[in-house]
Amino acid sequence: MSKMNFSEAVDSALAQAMAEDSRIIVFGEDTHTLRLNLRARFGEQRVRSTPISESAFLGAAVGAAMAGLRPVVEIMIIDFIAVAASALLNEAAKIEAFSGGRWNVPLVIRSACGGGYGDGGQHEQSLWGWLAHIPGLQIVVPSNPADAGGLFLGSLNYPGPVVFLEHKLLSNDWLEFMGRGGRTTVRFDVPEAGARAHVSRRWNPISPGRASVVREGDDLTMVSVAVGVHRCLEAAKVLAEDGITAGVIDLRTVSPLDTGTVCSAIEKSGRLLVVDEDYMRFGLSGELAATALERGVRLKYRRVCTETTIPYARHLEDQVLPNTSRILAAARELVG
Amino acid sequence: MGRPATCYCMSGVKSMDVDLWKLYRMMFEIRCVEERIKSLWQAGLISGEMHLGTGEEAVIVGVVDHIRDGDALALDHRSTPPLIARGVDPVLIFKELLGQTDGLCAGQGGHMHLMSADHLVASSGIVGSAGPMAAGFSLAGQMLRPNSITVAFFGEGALNQGMLLESLNLAVIWKLPLLFVCKDNRWAITSPSQELTGGSIFDRAHGFGLSCRDVDGLDAEAAWRAAGEEIQRIRSGGGPGFIRARCSRLDGHFLGDPAPVLLRNPGELAKRTGPLIRASLSLRGAGTKERLNSLGGVTRLLRQLAARQEDPVTLLRDRIAGESQRLNVLEREVAEQVEAAAAQALAGEDSR
Repeated sequence: MSKMNFSEAVDSALAQAMAEDSRIIVFGEDTHTLRLNLRARFGEQRVRSTPISESAFLGAAVGAAMAGLRPVVEIMIIDFIAVAASALLNEAAKIEAFSGGRWNVPLVIRSACGGGYGDGGQHEQSLWGWLAHIPGLQIVVPSNPADAGGLFLGSLNYPGPVVFLEHKLLSNDWLEFMGRGGRTTVRFDVPEAGARAHVSRRWNPISPGRASVVREGDDLTMVSVAVGVHRCLEAAKVLAEDGITAGVIDLRTVSPLDTGTVCSAIEKSGRLLVVDEDYMRFGLSGELAATALERGVRLKYRRVCTETTIPYARHLEDQVLPNTSRILAAARELVG
Repeated sequence: MGRPATCYCMSGVKSMDVDLWKLYRMMFEIRCVEERIKSLWQAGLISGEMHLGTGEEAVIVGVVDHIRDGDALALDHRSTPPLIARGVDPVLIFKELLGQTDGLCAGQGGHMHLMSADHLVASSGIVGSAGPMAAGFSLAGQMLRPNSITVAFFGEGALNQGMLLESLNLAVIWKLPLLFVCKDNRWAITSPSQELTGGSIFDRAHGFGLSCRDVDGLDAEAAWRAAGEEIQRIRSGGGPGFIRARCSRLDGHFLGDPAPVLLRNPGELAKRTGPLIRASLSLRGAGTKERLNSLGGVTRLLRQLAARQEDPVTLLRDRIAGESQRLNVLEREVAEQVEAAAAQALAGEDSR
């Protein structure tokens, strides 16, 4: 066992896989800086820096995967995927279907997501619901270093395209690069358990698609991913002081959705509170309600999500992103 | 039209013996397959859009004849000709277009998404996407299959698409074994490309640092020689290349293109002129001069549409027509083969 930061865990799992499989290559913008350690170990051919041309290099990653490599392509932050949307929506997600199942795209798209450091609405989006809307993509959103490393290895083993999202508040590397920038004068509400934790010496793959029950509780079921999981845990502690036992489920993967784990918890509690940093309308929160209803689960329902463009000003941003007090208010409404 | 910055070089050409009969057989087979596709589409047996590659055959066979196993092709929406030239079974293509579950892509892909993993060939219906796809194919080739190359086929209209321009750059900085082949038929959907393209596409490619050639894409031999030299250079590690091959577009953007539709059904014209006249005379809108300009644009477009287009299949046929008996045998053989393939596909699923 050793302690690792979130992105360190991902890099470590990636390095383990790269040492065992020479078909794995990494490319994206600034990898010579951002993945310097991997580049030092595996060389410039396997860890490549790209021009600022997401359309071309994401499309190239699809082609490379089809022609025998296992690319890990880095879209620096998920907001930029919009620039390369066609490569994702019209190529990566569709090749397996178009080929009648005869051609796969074993590709991992690694990207930072999420807000909470005052960078404004073009650099802080989550977009996992937007991405999960597309058939043919797996969307993985871990909440801690141990899951991150295991799920990254699981994503590398998966024969189709996987979008692997690292929340910037959990990743010290990204937070330093984009938020702190060498300053000691700025503060962020980082959930420590999600940012740095013990991990095993050798990584074992975790397949995408399985949620994890991180706290048991039968009065209400809270469901979230990434930073939201930690906000839910914080809220659950406060609720416990009021005698309310709130369960917390970390989905870990938005697509495929582990509907079984979620529904069996709601069947017991009868109350679902979705905490989703992604946009509220037409997204993960509505999908979870629909899933439960389709299964005939009777439930009371609330959601705490991002409803507008994320504002720049820190105090406004804090209100727009799901925070513990909004979660507590929604939870009390549900059980009240 | 831009001046070729790198001139078509004649040295080394003599060492390559062109087999015009082989090229003609491929071109004629492609034409027969596409004529059959056209009739099946007209009969309503093929759904959706249908973009034929009629007029591109010379450049397609000129390039694909140099392709070996391990090489890859990234194609656009006119993918039938290169697939046939690459040796993909026409029965599987017909079956796919007919929507049969035992077609090339199990009936899931259809005309704009034909692909074969066995041949490392994939097409896409998104204009320009052959660029990124080919960059990825050639990156994998560079790392896994020494001396393999990839070809990207696209039209000149795609050179106004960012992802393709980005791919030209990516190919140069990564020294990818990749040949970009621009089939310049002068039309971007229903627009004359000249009116939509700043500067010269040849100069654009040259500006990215690619080795560039300009070739008469209606001349199968010229296309074959230019592609052969360029591919040889790329195979030996010389970095990516670009060929601009001027060619024709004999069946419009697609079979539903208003221009060929009007040519096939002159009665359609009357249906369109009434609303056009009413719109031109409606109150409120642009001034008279601007209205006249718009109508002038229509006649200019019609004039360009009416310009005669050369047929590369006929051009090569004329060159070998002296041996009429050999030609007749070849054409009969190929036509029968294609008809048999179509009949087999039409017999229904699991008819192989």
